[in-house]
Amino acid sequence: MSQKIFAPWDDPNEKPLIRFENVTKKFGDFTAIDDLTLNIYEKEFFALLGPSGCGKTTMMRMLAGFENPTSGKMELAGKNIAGTPPNKRAVNMMFQSYALFPHLSVWENIAFGLKRGSMDKRAIAARVEEMLKLTRLTKFAGRKPHQISGGQRQRVALARSLAKAPKLLLLDEPLGALDKKLRQDTQFELMDIQESTGTTFVIVTHDQEEAMTVASRVAVMDEGRIIQVATPDGIYEAPNSVYVADFIGDVNIIEGTAKPAGDGVYFLDWTENEPPFLATSDVPFSDGQKAHLAIRPEKISITTEKPDDAKNTVQGTVLDIAYLGNLSTYYVQLADGRIIKAQTANTRRLSRRSITWEDKVWVSWNATAGVLLEQ
Amino acid sequence: MRRFFLIAVPYVWLLALFLIPFFIVFKISLSDLALSIPPYTPTMKDGIGQMIKAFDFENFVFLTTDDLYWKAYLSSLKIALFSTVLALLVGYPMAYGMARAPEEWRPTLMMLVILPFWTSFLIRVYAWVGILSNEGFLNQFLLWTGVISTPLAIMNTTTAVYIGIVYTYLPFMILPIYAALDRLDESLIEAAQDLGCSRTKAFWLVTVPLSRSGIIAGCFLVFIPALGEFVIPSLLGGSGTLMIGKVLFEEFFNNRDWPVASAVAVILLLILIVPIILFQRNQQRQAEAET
Repeated sequence: MSQKIFAPWDDPNEKPLIRFENVTKKFGDFTAIDDLTLNIYEKEFFALLGPSGCGKTTMMRMLAGFENPTSGKMELAGKNIAGTPPNKRAVNMMFQSYALFPHLSVWENIAFGLKRGSMDKRAIAARVEEMLKLTRLTKFAGRKPHQISGGQRQRVALARSLAKAPKLLLLDEPLGALDKKLRQDTQFELMDIQESTGTTFVIVTHDQEEAMTVASRVAVMDEGRIIQVATPDGIYEAPNSVYVADFIGDVNIIEGTAKPAGDGVYFLDWTENEPPFLATSDVPFSDGQKAHLAIRPEKISITTEKPDDAKNTVQGTVLDIAYLGNLSTYYVQLADGRIIKAQTANTRRLSRRSITWEDKVWVSWNATAGVLLEQ
Repeated sequence: MRRFFLIAVPYVWLLALFLIPFFIVFKISLSDLALSIPPYTPTMKDGIGQMIKAFDFENFVFLTTDDLYWKAYLSSLKIALFSTVLALLVGYPMAYGMARAPEEWRPTLMMLVILPFWTSFLIRVYAWVGILSNEGFLNQFLLWTGVISTPLAIMNTTTAVYIGIVYTYLPFMILPIYAALDRLDESLIEAAQDLGCSRTKAFWLVTVPLSRSGIIAGCFLVFIPALGEFVIPSLLGGSGTLMIGKVLFEEFFNNRDWPVASAVAVILLLILIVPIILFQRNQQRQAEAET
């Protein structure tokens, strides 16, 4: 494996496979996609993440050709594809319901797309066998869709959509119908298949964990707009807004006013009777500007004694403890009533836990632990 | 005990309303014509032993000697088959349109299909006389628009019979097909298009095979009653149309030859058993596919 990091989006010379330019889609009065501009690169595993109704499915249906943009440009490999019908695009889709043809066997389902082309019979059979092997379905080739399990059906749908070797594969909530355990296994299978076939995948999901696991980049959408596009760690560690920080994982948001303290370091005045918090930020804030400090619970430590080395410390009372098995989240109430969530790994057994309800504790974190956000 | 009772009810029903009448008809078909009441011998009055001894298949043999009968059977089969195809050609697009119509329209469209059942079947067939006859609405309209200069002779032809049968049995074709199309998942069509089918190709490769059970059910529901149809050919077909239902009626009421009429009926039933069994098999397979 090469050590080169896969990041075509950082390379200005790289040509995107898909280009959305000021794309807007309206259904009557309702704006599903609002002036969206986005590049997706070859071999990417791109995730569209957002709550239901945010426009992610509409975007995918536009890529597949089932919807046409109201305005704007949509390019696939440099060619404008707005208006091209779905059967004339080198794009295949895996449907949320799988949409397997119930009257055809697994084999015939996978061969369906291939038979539409000018491929000869032997080549089709070879390709179907290859797909069956890739998705470990060889044993089930003769069965009808209703005779196999949900996980197998999911793999048939994947094999069918990959059979034609599309430039772009769209996956609409591909794992939504599977139970959690199977879903996790399938996520890695999807990544393996994506890597081995070299196909560009665009996946639509509302499951943030899924998006973070499989994707090379994640786009967080809301109300027809893309709020942020970044790598999973970028989205998690450096969200660009309170919306993204809040949507992905658990977060503490502390509101206050910023005061520059020199060289990318800022004070955050958040309450009257406590010293301000110290936070670093790449984005400049002016004196007195409103700011939100977003900090993940696992970056906050909780101790019974006041730590000496931490930049930000504040005392509070343990209000509640959420025990998750591997982790515990402590809900610590500060003097002004504010609640801070702090998370620790349960490296000891529960009976040895030193902190319990109503205890006076100190929560602390470093200046670099959180991000300062404008909105 | 309770289970036995539950099973017994439909069987008693079948026995009383189907099997017993059938055996009565079959018994008459084995008898001879007589000038008495009832117009055949032997009867129970002669004693059962005597009666069974007098039975013979004379009437069935007679059916083979006069070519009127097999011609009538053949003509009925032809008319029933052709009407079924016509009803399918008319009914499928209608069912398809209903299934694709906006959700809020569907009950209304369904109502429009069922509505004719609220009027007597006889009146509706008579209404066609008013439409198709030489002085009927259709000819009057066409003469008025100048499309034709002499009235079209539709009434009392096989064409009128086809129109009558297709019109009458169309709902039986539409409803099962609609039921099948209504269940069809729209994303299957999209998947077919996504995999390279044009809209037409997707229709033939996905929609039609998946509505097959509805098509089969509809075809049998039209074919089976059309085969023995009597009212439509006798009212709209005139003397030129030969159908077995009409022959049966004439044997029974005009010739008062109950034994021959019964023989005709028994043969008709035997012919119908084949499509009825096939229909049952289709329904059963469909029920199995759904579970």
